[in-house]
Amino acid sequence: MTVSQETLDEIALSRAEYEAIVDRLGREPGPLELGLFGALWSEHCGYKHTKALLRTLPSSSERILVAPGAENAGVIDLGDGLAIAMKVESHNHPSAVEPFEGAATGVGGIIRDIFAMGARPIALLNSLRFGQPSDARTRYLLNGVIGGISSYGNCIGIPDVGGEIFFSDTYKGNPLVNAMCVGLIENGKMASASAREPGDLLLLVGADTGRDGIHGASGLASRTFEEQAEMRSAVQVGNPFLEKVLIEACIEALDLPGVVGLQDCGAAGITSAAIEMAERSVMGLKLFVDRVPRREEGMTPYEVMLSESQERMLLAVTAGTESEVFDLFDKWDLDATVIGEFEAGEDVRIFDNGMMVSSTPIITLTDAPRYEFSTPKPDWLTTLQNAELTVVPMPDTTAAEMLLKMLSAPNIASKFPVYRQYDYHVQTNTVIEPGGDAAVLRLKGTKRGIALTTDCNGRICYLDPEVGTAIAVAEACRNLSVTGAEPVALTDGLNFGNPETPDVQFQLTEAIAGMTRAANAFGIPIVSGNASLYNETAGAAIFPTPIIGALGVLDDVEKHSTVGFKAENDVIVLLGSDSAWDTTDGLAGSEYLEFVHGRVEGQPALDLDLEVRVQTVCRDAVRAGLVASAHDLSDGGMATALAECAIIGNIGASVTESPDAGGRWDAAMFGEAQSRILLSVSPDNLDRIKALAHDHDVPLAVIGLVGGDALSFGDNCSVLLSDASDAWKNGFSRATSDRD
Amino acid sequence: MKFGIVVFPGTWSDRDTHHAVSGVLGQDAEYIWHGDEKLDQFDAIVLPGGFSYGDFLRCGAIARFSPVMEAVTAFAERGGPVIGICNGFQVLCESGLLPGVLMRNDHLEFRCIWTDLRVENSSTIFTSASIEGQTLHIPMSHGEGNYQADADTIKRLEDNGQVVFRYADANGNVTPDINPNGSINNIAGIVNERGNVLGMMPHPEKACEKLIGGDDGNVIFTSIIDNFVQAVV
Repeated sequence: MTVSQETLDEIALSRAEYEAIVDRLGREPGPLELGLFGALWSEHCGYKHTKALLRTLPSSSERILVAPGAENAGVIDLGDGLAIAMKVESHNHPSAVEPFEGAATGVGGIIRDIFAMGARPIALLNSLRFGQPSDARTRYLLNGVIGGISSYGNCIGIPDVGGEIFFSDTYKGNPLVNAMCVGLIENGKMASASAREPGDLLLLVGADTGRDGIHGASGLASRTFEEQAEMRSAVQVGNPFLEKVLIEACIEALDLPGVVGLQDCGAAGITSAAIEMAERSVMGLKLFVDRVPRREEGMTPYEVMLSESQERMLLAVTAGTESEVFDLFDKWDLDATVIGEFEAGEDVRIFDNGMMVSSTPIITLTDAPRYEFSTPKPDWLTTLQNAELTVVPMPDTTAAEMLLKMLSAPNIASKFPVYRQYDYHVQTNTVIEPGGDAAVLRLKGTKRGIALTTDCNGRICYLDPEVGTAIAVAEACRNLSVTGAEPVALTDGLNFGNPETPDVQFQLTEAIAGMTRAANAFGIPIVSGNASLYNETAGAAIFPTPIIGALGVLDDVEKHSTVGFKAENDVIVLLGSDSAWDTTDGLAGSEYLEFVHGRVEGQPALDLDLEVRVQTVCRDAVRAGLVASAHDLSDGGMATALAECAIIGNIGASVTESPDAGGRWDAAMFGEAQSRILLSVSPDNLDRIKALAHDHDVPLAVIGLVGGDALSFGDNCSVLLSDASDAWKNGFSRATSDRD
Repeated sequence: MKFGIVVFPGTWSDRDTHHAVSGVLGQDAEYIWHGDEKLDQFDAIVLPGGFSYGDFLRCGAIARFSPVMEAVTAFAERGGPVIGICNGFQVLCESGLLPGVLMRNDHLEFRCIWTDLRVENSSTIFTSASIEGQTLHIPMSHGEGNYQADADTIKRLEDNGQVVFRYADANGNVTPDINPNGSINNIAGIVNERGNVLGMMPHPEKACEKLIGGDDGNVIFTSIIDNFVQAVV
């Protein structure tokens, strides 16, 4: 065995994996070849620890046009020649090292996945996780990430319409930066990332190739991360202007008959992009590495093949038609270069100045090993789940003071100070702007609209990965349903710790099971996904965070609902419960319990059957025009949800019953029982809402009235709307401003 | 009438402008590539928002040297209506078609928000469909919209009624609190002395239908159309 441990460490392959390579090839791999294996057998490209699990996710639906994993992104049919491509991608480790460029290039990467499908990108969402903002480095990361997203996204004319920001200590050393992009395919003009026949040419278009990002996939993304400053060179630098031009040029190029395939050049650069294209086309490939235009001199074939320079795409082009392609890219002042040729056969052969420098069977590269998981439930988890929540000490504040405190919590306060830094109007389709439960976009030329959201409460997933992930799906769908949209598809971004440890293996297995159970309950598929593993610092894994992106459809986009209360004397109705306030069970995994008491414990619960029925009633009510406002209950429970409706609507509200749960007003107000939706309805429509709920066997409580200039809950809590508004609107800025 | 919409490689409000003037208001509209030099067939020119050539230097500093800007300058000199929105406003200032500069927002952040613009002069060809003192609810989306010029220029603009829009609250009160970017005198839009070139930071094309939050932006395009029709008659 000639290879050194140092070499294997650099490309993050184990000795056993190296031996498997030798076994498959029947010889030792060459140095360049070993680099290809390192990239393609990385967790990021090869899904060694997740492939077997991901195969179990529901992916069948009449609406699915492109199955998960088959292309750069999943595609879901909307009918009328319209289809939606959607996917989430993580850039966690690059963002932890270099937050601005890490986040910016994360946005750039997911956009390329979407337009590689022939889709025009129409929306971006961001799902972000950080440590507590009281920490100075966290604020540096937060500002860098927001700045990077803002700088890149605003430049390219794609509206950034939603997402989440969530703070918890678990993410302190390892923030999560997941970006979701959604694209619209018109007239059935979907692209594929494959060649059509041997002899087709492989063109590289866009940026020159530099030394940036080498070992990004195998290094940063595929091993535990210890804040190594020396890894900064593995973070790429983005150029959004170039990306904007690349989008326009590539979408235009797809109209040329000679352009048969389009592929994003992302993680593991040309290696992954070109070899995946050849595999998908069931062909061999000749690559002329010396022809790749370079940003700097003296780059080796190894460096060129593994560079993750941004803003590059690969095209498969019918031989003889390339001059048309050159002309088109020339119009956009972009380079296009023939760097290879598809051929009959099974090997990828790499040439440098006429010399063949490696030849490898493609199947050995793309068929990464798969690892089985052990799944015993850890004892520590049982202890946490069984924690007695009734013994949590009562706070020594009044209920009114606690409401203001909760409204100003970084996880609950308005994120307007963040999203006002993103352009959410461009393309003039935004019907519901960021700040609602889900964003709603109209589809020009139709009556229809789509609703988009991302969701995941890592705290709840930590306490029960199966139930927690089912809740993430339920809540994402609930966010859609409150706007009136019918959920039609999901995508996931799995963010977990080191998959080589039993606890993380348990979490992954359970999370996938929960996602499957919930997606089946809603009858919708998971069309695409991304896995980011090894998210830990100093041996401590992050909360398991399976981020769920969800797509919903509104047949008539005019008939949507929004969060804010609308009119005096409208009746406030809680769907999904027969009483206004929660019980102590709702404290499990709640924001209140962590933010106020520093505890993450309890057993989260979800009745999926009820959840589906509650959402059906809500959608039917919105579509029938019976609803003045609708808002889902989540972080902070009933009291904060009601306050949000009042603050956004700029009108007060009163709840008749005093919050009390066996002597605990805190649990009553801030408990987070699932499957609850807060509606306000005109008194004239109340009977019809009650009838709808009754028809679907959904409990309902008429709890109070809209009106006045205060929030009052029975006799034990009253807060001026102006004070609540100040806490909620300024809480985020106060919590994240530099004070030390 | 026929609108020409200038497209630099980094322009992204071109399709939105096309939708507003053509899709909503039913006028002819065509895109003009930044390398084009002939504008004879157009009745009005729009320089839409975006990042022209990437704006790695000052916004619009490279765009002013493009072939199309030479043609736009000639078009404006012949008296043709030209409207520069956001990045288009920046390009007009860099090209010398409008005085002043657009600096980085005073708070140093990009801002995407709805603004209320008080109409300061309703006698221009861009505002004749509005009433003086009325507010228009139109969104902005920029990092460099902080309008500044030397004191003499500002005095001249103010005295001549060339300040067309100011950032105000919904009731039309112009206060420092409501100023979203630090621009002098809350200036959101100005015209040249002749009155045929308008630059404004907020995006009227993004406020073209009630479904997407409001249609006050149509007032500006409708004014241009009304004045063109009257001129032809």
